[in-house]
Amino acid sequence: MSSIKTVGVAGAGTMGAGIAIVAARAGFRTILYDTRQDTLDRARRQTEGFFAKSVQRGKLTAEAVETILGNLVGTTDIASMAECDMVIEAIFEDLKVKHGLFSDLNAVCPPHTIFASNTSTLSITEIAGGSGRPERVVGMHFCLPAQLMKLIEMSPGLTTAPEVFDAAWTFAEALGQRPVKTKDNPGFILNYFLVPFNNDAIRMVEAGVAEPADIDRAIKAGLGYPMGPLELLDLVGLDTQLLLCEALHGVTNDPRAACPPLVKRMIAANHLGRKSGRGFYNYDKDAMFGG
Amino acid sequence: MPYQLIDTGSSRSFPAAHALLDGGSAAGDVVILIGADAGSALNDVTDRASRAAILVELRTESLGTHTGESRGTEGSNVLGFARFRLGDGAPSDLVELVRQPATPDSAIAAAKAVLEGAGLKVAVCGDFAGRIIDRLVRPYYNASLRRLDEQLATADDLDLTLKLGLGYPEGPIGLLERTGLAHHYDVTAALFETIGTPDYAPARRAVVAKRRAEKGLT
Repeated sequence: MSSIKTVGVAGAGTMGAGIAIVAARAGFRTILYDTRQDTLDRARRQTEGFFAKSVQRGKLTAEAVETILGNLVGTTDIASMAECDMVIEAIFEDLKVKHGLFSDLNAVCPPHTIFASNTSTLSITEIAGGSGRPERVVGMHFCLPAQLMKLIEMSPGLTTAPEVFDAAWTFAEALGQRPVKTKDNPGFILNYFLVPFNNDAIRMVEAGVAEPADIDRAIKAGLGYPMGPLELLDLVGLDTQLLLCEALHGVTNDPRAACPPLVKRMIAANHLGRKSGRGFYNYDKDAMFGG
Repeated sequence: MPYQLIDTGSSRSFPAAHALLDGGSAAGDVVILIGADAGSALNDVTDRASRAAILVELRTESLGTHTGESRGTEGSNVLGFARFRLGDGAPSDLVELVRQPATPDSAIAAAKAVLEGAGLKVAVCGDFAGRIIDRLVRPYYNASLRRLDEQLATADDLDLTLKLGLGYPEGPIGLLERTGLAHHYDVTAALFETIGTPDYAPARRAVVAKRRAEKGLT
């Protein structure tokens, strides 16, 4: 049984908002922290829309949703994280920025608080090294869209205390998720395969092999994948893909992990994917997946 | 749209009954050549220029092998196609329709109308090695096999992670075992010959499976 009662999620972007839904839905008091109020407002709007669909589809009652939303609060004040037993970081993939966040959290959170990183490419050991409490840092990589996907890649760093990893594992199960243990290797399992795969799809667009819609249609119809790679990239965000590439290529030197030039051109044009309304496709709404 | 079907035998795309085969007639504006010798049969099609589209079933070869190519301006009413199928697995409903740089849109539209009319889904692509799916997935399959050798995870955990994490219906190791590692060798070796980058080079486990298959071993 998990001893964790209050969960903090740092970063209210697509991943953070989804993780907060998972924690709140599992009955944990959940505090979603972000430095920007407008990001928190968007996350709240998307979360309420997600749960409204859950009610419409008969997955949750309106009363249950009211309780869940009452247990999920947003804040721009990092001092509010002082009551958390577990904080899951879900900010962008920059080691220095993560070190800064964890240093700030280390100053406000009690000693027993476990820090988890949702990093998908960075080393847990390196992140832990700048946290101020390296023995209490674990990797907990949720999958997009976090509110729907069950898998969590769980990684201990070299300095992670075994009992901390065990507590995080128990917590992951209490969330109703399916944890899988991976080594603290670049990209763990998913991104080791996914980042180069998506880059290959981008390079096919660059080379004129096929249009994005034809590539996605082929992958879905031919292999039964739920999303095509370019649809998925639009969901993840092209700016995030660039960071993933830089992180993964930086440590593996795998040519397939190197960022394709088209990604940088799309970022320059603010074609970031769903979040900016245009990526490989055009979008006119920002509703969350599922419900 | 009425279409003429010419079956040269041993079609990889249509090994069993299908609505596309049932709907063919002795004549039509569209001609579909299926089977192992579909490309050779192209020269036997009469009134080629007057046809709305002529579809040639491909395996791993380029459409240009059958049509010829010239300075990147090639293209006519002749298109290639392949119904995607992994090794010994059943064919999918996906047809990759191969065009050349100067292929008229009208030929593509006519081909799509016939294929979609038979319940197939169509993805249009250029005449590139591996078309869409093989070009995209073979490096991923090779990487999976290599990481299995390097003990990143067990085969079951690796498959489970990719299924749960990405919603794939099957993990790469189980999928290649089910459809045949030797078949994977054949496809990725053909791509490696054309593209030449290491990610298409057959992984060790695929090489082993191919060598054993050549000896009649499983």
